[in-house]
Amino acid sequence: MMSLGVSAIGQGLLYGLMGVGLFLTFRILDFPDMTVEGTFPLGAAVTVAAITHGVSPLLATLLGMLAGMAAGAITGFLTTVGKVPVLLAGILVMTGAYSVNLRIMGRSNLSLLNKANLFGTKFLQALPPYFDSVLVGLVVAVVVVTLLILFLNTQLGQGFIAAGDNPTMARSLGIAPARQEVLGLIVGNGLVALSGALIAQNNGYADVNMGIGVIVIALASIIIGEVLFGELTLSQRLIATVLGSILYRFVLLLVLKLGFSPNDLQLISAIVLAILIMIPAFEHRFKVRRVLKNGVKRNG
Amino acid sequence: MAEAQLTLHQVNVNVAVGETSRPLLKNIDLTVAPGDFVTVLGANGAGKSTLFNAITGDKPVAAGTITLAGEDITRARPEHRARLIARVFQDPKMGTAPRMTVAENLLLASRRGRRLTLKSRGLKARMAEFQALAKQTTNGLDQALNKPTEELSGGQRQALSLLMATMEEPALLLLDEHTAALDPHTSSEIMTLTNTIVQQEHLTCLMITHQLEDALAYGNRLIVLQDGQLVADYAGAQKAALTRADLLQYFA
Repeated sequence: MMSLGVSAIGQGLLYGLMGVGLFLTFRILDFPDMTVEGTFPLGAAVTVAAITHGVSPLLATLLGMLAGMAAGAITGFLTTVGKVPVLLAGILVMTGAYSVNLRIMGRSNLSLLNKANLFGTKFLQALPPYFDSVLVGLVVAVVVVTLLILFLNTQLGQGFIAAGDNPTMARSLGIAPARQEVLGLIVGNGLVALSGALIAQNNGYADVNMGIGVIVIALASIIIGEVLFGELTLSQRLIATVLGSILYRFVLLLVLKLGFSPNDLQLISAIVLAILIMIPAFEHRFKVRRVLKNGVKRNG
Repeated sequence: MAEAQLTLHQVNVNVAVGETSRPLLKNIDLTVAPGDFVTVLGANGAGKSTLFNAITGDKPVAAGTITLAGEDITRARPEHRARLIARVFQDPKMGTAPRMTVAENLLLASRRGRRLTLKSRGLKARMAEFQALAKQTTNGLDQALNKPTEELSGGQRQALSLLMATMEEPALLLLDEHTAALDPHTSSEIMTLTNTIVQQEHLTCLMITHQLEDALAYGNRLIVLQDGQLVADYAGAQKAALTRADLLQYFA
């Protein structure tokens, strides 16, 4: 039971990177980026394929991230230059990425059995079970969130926020919203691919279907963070998203404990997210947030 | 007379209607001197907003040239023109970023049209300056510097939009019915603030309004658009002598 909890924290941190990546587009730029369903397995496929071809795990992980950034750039090109609606642009890239992932891996599932990976170092393996994913997840999450917070407080970062907040105003100040959109898609999908690359190494394999439903997981992380912590600054909300991702893993753990099959998880994820998104609509009637907050306080 | 600040020469703007196109602006010739405060009148659909959109580059011109501060901007992209042109919209929500604070909005505007870099935004160092600036509005904006702008009243928001538009002394200030969405009291407050800032900074300014009283009271020049054409242009003493009745004839 203890190790299940540790595993949930580790997975939550690694998936949290994906939540943070989607936060850039979904919450700051204010559009849903479907590309992530393709870039998550793309990061995994590129990294695992590179490792099986003898590339060092660190370099392979970076390659996976770069592939995700390239895919984000394609979505950005389609929507800003080609004027494809952003939702459709994401779906197109996500669909195309499926075939690309199969090409890269040469099959639908590629194992890392007996290969080196980021979690395979002597030091990490000497730790108690699952602490490797917690440590790696924590280091990467702290680095990524710190860099993003620093970025959002630069001149460019402020322009990025403004472009999402009010494109008309941004344009009138000389900030091209389309450029910020492309920037958000590139960085966001890079982080999603990084998350996929780390999850694949932690699981020991990449699977072409591992992207199905990940946007729901990422959205759930963002929204759990918001529902639980309420009013926060933008920087704090990035941290809340990582915590939301960890909490989401515990929700899944609970659901499995209740006797549901892993096959039910997609449906349950969808239902959990739907309920979370509906909370603000019912909040003033039932004071749901207060009930939730109290519930969390009492339980732990 | 000093060299012109803004020149429109034979400017035409068309809108596509199915297969054909309909003219929105017809052969507009307009020369505005530095420091001119021009009020722009006209019925709905006369082409006032189209005139602004042509100047800012949001609507492409079909023919003619636009020169601002000695630079031909006819084909320049809107983001490029933002360096020279500031605009305040009718809707107070249009001019500010709602989730960013008042100070953050001012900071963004202070870098109007300049390259965004990865340097730290440097907000703290400028708080005192922004405080003094916001105090000018006399509506409590200086007490709200760290509030998201979505929490401000319409009057405060519009005052902020005005500060943001004018703080870097643009080559041209465009006011697009910027007091129309406010209650009469707030509207006159914003009008007074506008006039003070325009006079202080010697800004060149075009102001669209439907308030004939404001059109008469403010500015040193008044133009009237009708059906996409410039039909009247009163300056100096001529404008000062105008009455409400004179203007009403253009709306008959």
